[in-house]
Amino acid sequence: MSDLLLPPEERYAKIIKQRQNEDGSELAILNLGPTHPATHGIFQNILLMDGERIVDGEGTVGYIHRAFEKIAENRPFYQITPLTDRMNYCSSPINNMGWWMTLEKALDIEVPKRVQYLRVIVMELARIADHIICNSVLGVDTGALTGFLYVFQYREKIYEIYEEICGARLTTNMGRIGGFERDWSPAAFKKINDFLEEFPPIWTEFENLLMRNRIFMDRTIDVGPISAERAMSYGFTGPNLRAAGIDYDVRVMQPYSSYEDFEFDVPVGKSGDTYDRFCVRSAEVWESIKIIKQALAKLPEGPFHANVPDYYLPPKEEVYTNMEALIYHFKIVMGEVPVPKTEVYHPVEGGNGELGFYLITDGSRTPFRLHFRRPCFIYYQAFNEMVRGQMLSDAIATLSSLNVIAGELDA
Amino acid sequence: MALESAVIEDKLTGAFGDNVSGFVQIKDILSFEVQADNANAILQYLKEDALLRFNFLTDVCGVHYPDNEKERQFAVVYHMHNWMDNVRIRVKAYLNGDTPEIDTATNLFLGANWQERETYDFYGIIFKGHPQLKRILNMDEMESFPMRKEFPMEDGGRTDKDDRFFGRSTDNALNF
Repeated sequence: MSDLLLPPEERYAKIIKQRQNEDGSELAILNLGPTHPATHGIFQNILLMDGERIVDGEGTVGYIHRAFEKIAENRPFYQITPLTDRMNYCSSPINNMGWWMTLEKALDIEVPKRVQYLRVIVMELARIADHIICNSVLGVDTGALTGFLYVFQYREKIYEIYEEICGARLTTNMGRIGGFERDWSPAAFKKINDFLEEFPPIWTEFENLLMRNRIFMDRTIDVGPISAERAMSYGFTGPNLRAAGIDYDVRVMQPYSSYEDFEFDVPVGKSGDTYDRFCVRSAEVWESIKIIKQALAKLPEGPFHANVPDYYLPPKEEVYTNMEALIYHFKIVMGEVPVPKTEVYHPVEGGNGELGFYLITDGSRTPFRLHFRRPCFIYYQAFNEMVRGQMLSDAIATLSSLNVIAGELDA
Repeated sequence: MALESAVIEDKLTGAFGDNVSGFVQIKDILSFEVQADNANAILQYLKEDALLRFNFLTDVCGVHYPDNEKERQFAVVYHMHNWMDNVRIRVKAYLNGDTPEIDTATNLFLGANWQERETYDFYGIIFKGHPQLKRILNMDEMESFPMRKEFPMEDGGRTDKDDRFFGRSTDNALNF
């Protein structure tokens, strides 16, 4: 049997024995997680340590695996959105929109321009929220709590915008096939405008706090690096890949929801280390703000959903007062209007990389197969290679900068 | 000039003959089948050929088709992406229902490692040559491969509700 199939403890026992024979030094096994403040979720890293230096490691995941794909195969299409919320819950609207766009692709539904722009706005807000969390928590993990406390309130402001749009804050379950549940209220636009006014100076201050901070730089530069070639082979996408120097961005490569209408840059790093990942995310926040401003300025008038009564859940007030709406509501909720037999793959640029939905339908009320391409799951396997030979405290910073969300990792 | 679907098809049929077949454009992605025995060589060709350059393995997953004939009851689906020409393809390899086996792609893409482990974990598909083919999301003691269609999501013995009325039948075909 291959050594790799042994549990890490047994595999490491061999190495420990060998090393002790060689030079008398002692190695130790350290469990980083499953529940550890620095793992930001429930997953375990079993590390073989030589003093404070990491000799080898193995990531163990699956502690909160909830069988989303299996559940999705047993649920009508509308009931799958809450599953997507709970993957990368730091930016759940992106997951929701990605799922709706996948279905719309399967159904050949063209959504109105206004919906596309509104989706762009909410997805970019979600990206900002995601990056706020990741970057500020990276600060916390390297010992700087102030920045986190300072910017975190702006994540709350974004949640208030979600609340205004759809009524929920974290697990948004936002939108419908073909558009939104209702048009955005003036209060929502006001909140967005307020956010765009208040947030940039705070983000500048946050950047000033960390970016040229000697301690932060020492803790992150050359820490957990990965080359562009290795990152690509591992299947990295999103900020983690761009930090390594490859300007791959789904929004540019395969524009969806009218991203081609907006001017924005794709920030890229050079060395693929923790500092670059921080800087790329930080710069992306500025780009997102740029996109939102353009979308607001050019926001077209028009309907807030496509005219697809077979799939679009009618507004609740109509369900209570209009027989047709009630019938449609019932038929859609019961999944009696199936998606025709087809096969689609739709990628979106999630908060931390390419989030893909691979959907196979067989003409029934539930997907025949739904596979989530979860960016975290794909690149977390590189973690051990990235921290090998580094200090334990570097592993903490690296893990934090990878933005691994346990909900998405396990799904 | 963008890489045309016809060029991909011509190159692959020229190099591998009958081992690649069923070229079909589904929505925006060219999809085709490969013989499982040659899957690794074909993936390598797709990756390394100077014209095709499918340098990025986007996704690997399994599918279970219990109603197909024995030889085609499982499929391993690879989504590949050529970044230079910005073209995506879907490669499907069908496997035998009793002995689902295919060569690993970990020699070509490091990222295939966990994705193949996940596919093994859910479908019991053996990736020959994989360095660490063990369960990843489910616990090691588990005996079934839960994403196979024969394993219902919920306890079939429950009598307190009729799943059909909630769109939860384990067999999609029974719903209509």
